[in-house]
Amino acid sequence: MTTAGASNSSAGKDIAVYGCLLALAGIQFLIAYSDITASQMFVRMLIVAMVEAGVALLFFMHLWENRGLKWFVIIFTVAVILGMQYGWTDSFRLSNGVPWAK
Amino acid sequence: MAMWLFIIADSATFAGCLVAYGFIRNASANWPRPFHGITNVALMTLILLTSSLTMMFAVRHAESGDKAKAFRWTLITAVCGIMFAALHLREWFGMIGEGATLFHNPWGTPLFSSLFFSITGLHLLHVTGGVVALIVVGLRYRGGRYNADDLEITGLYWHFVDLVWMFVVPLVYLLNLAH
Repeated sequence: MTTAGASNSSAGKDIAVYGCLLALAGIQFLIAYSDITASQMFVRMLIVAMVEAGVALLFFMHLWENRGLKWFVIIFTVAVILGMQYGWTDSFRLSNGVPWAK
Repeated sequence: MAMWLFIIADSATFAGCLVAYGFIRNASANWPRPFHGITNVALMTLILLTSSLTMMFAVRHAESGDKAKAFRWTLITAVCGIMFAALHLREWFGMIGEGATLFHNPWGTPLFSSLFFSITGLHLLHVTGGVVALIVVGLRYRGGRYNADDLEITGLYWHFVDLVWMFVVPLVYLLNLAH
């Protein structure tokens, strides 16, 4: 494939990803006007937002092309979340019930 | 790598803010739903998503060595960021004109406007910083001081700002639409 050809194919892929993101954003707006409860709306919107974020991370932020970096980001993010959930002083107290301030 | 670590840490910040917002919204008795139209937020979302695409174009041109086009697309991305910020400020002034401030809002619990201005303000601060970074890095890239990798790293930050907006829109705006 020539340089111009490769460049056109990259631009085409970027535009396709952009179209997906627009479509997903549009789905969120449709969900906002659907006749469902607030908690159902929240769950559905959150799922769509996570898919959007995943698409942006994989294709716009190049995690799809870089396997090592992708696993580093996943593992580090999970470690940060677990650290905040269980390592934070208040989280430990809320999860385990001790020690309570007198 | 440093930018990725910063992105992960900043994601944790926004996640904390949005989770706190969720808890407070759930616990509040008279949570208002003051947004009557989606035009402004839809336009802001379109502009920010488009700016991610233009940033991708800038990075692709930088990778292929075309400095002029890379700089042009970087500037277009910065202009999109400025447009987003202008629309956002216009919305803020509209809400302030209706009586909503950081400590008071005319539609229900004052926590609504506190959280709204805090969360969207934090995001707007990130957008503003991103616009400044894009202009500075773009100019230095064109001048030869920075290379394509530096432009790509700045692009990572810009995509992160867009990614955060994808969570702010449904949780802060769409869940509070007046039905």
